[in-house]
Amino acid sequence: MSDATLTEPGTDPEFIDETAIVESTVGTAYDGTDEEVVDHLGHAHHTSTGLSNTKLAMWLFLGSECLLFGGLIATYMLYRNRQGDAIGPDQLWDIPFTSASSFCLLMSSLTMVLAVSAAKRNDERNTRLWLIATASLGGLFVAGQVYEFTTFYREGLGYTTSLFSSSFYTLTGFHGVHVSVGIVMLMALMFMLLRRRVTGDKAETVEMIGLYWHFVDIVWIIIFTLVYLIPA
Amino acid sequence: MSEATATSESHAVAGQPVDPHRATDGHDQVHDVPDSTYIKIAIALMILTAAEVAVSYMDIGAFMVPSLLIMMAIKFMTVILYFMHLKYDNPLFRRLFYTGVLLALFVYVVALLTFHYFE
Repeated sequence: MSDATLTEPGTDPEFIDETAIVESTVGTAYDGTDEEVVDHLGHAHHTSTGLSNTKLAMWLFLGSECLLFGGLIATYMLYRNRQGDAIGPDQLWDIPFTSASSFCLLMSSLTMVLAVSAAKRNDERNTRLWLIATASLGGLFVAGQVYEFTTFYREGLGYTTSLFSSSFYTLTGFHGVHVSVGIVMLMALMFMLLRRRVTGDKAETVEMIGLYWHFVDIVWIIIFTLVYLIPA
Repeated sequence: MSEATATSESHAVAGQPVDPHRATDGHDQVHDVPDSTYIKIAIALMILTAAEVAVSYMDIGAFMVPSLLIMMAIKFMTVILYFMHLKYDNPLFRRLFYTGVLLALFVYVVALLTFHYFE
């Protein structure tokens, strides 16, 4: 019979009794088809794949998101030259400004991975600090996008002005909404950590939000090159 | 050897041989990667972004689009392998994500080529 370290859900990792070895409960609470796995903190939990269910679900979700953004990017690539007599990308783009906001989003990936790293070390103070930094950099990016959209609108590029404008606003708008949702998740996580409301594996929770955040970053890496840098 | 480690070694996770230094639930050993590595990677990403912007201003003719696409692909892979830890994680996660990326690439390249052909 295999033994494993078991902890109560919601137990703070700092207070885990690493020596508390109890008899494995595999096959008593479950029907025998699941496996018991041990995470990086020594917690045992059940899964039918041998992998963290949460993490597997997150990667499946991100894989499906590739198809969503793939469709939006393909639509933009198809319609990028369909502006007729209306204003087009060459008259609109402000590459230095967009490069600066891209830089903010790229650096937010660094702060996010540092938050995950701190969470794995059970360093809550630095985890919260890096989460705030990530949300702030994300906020700067969204503010830049709002400013950009406002400028384009004032220059005559409405949502229904041309096929180019519709596909551009839809693609970058969807991405902006994803970043905004990410900021809400980061702030919610930060306050939940502060109030000790995160149950289960805190490091895994931070890592899951980190995966989502990095995904919005890689989508922007593609958008920045295909939409802004490659001439229409 | 701890009991927990003994348990982890007794499982082959999702058909993959288990590394005794890796947790069995797909968690990577991120605490083995020092923060300085992440900072170096971020600096490399910054340099690549600056190079992309510089190339977009240069007149290098037919090399411009391929060089931009290559730099974009390097940045994309760097973020998913190192920041998203796919390099260290269970290969099943990598396969799941690559399936999504390749499926999207295939479907939409075919769609774009179809539109281009019938235009």
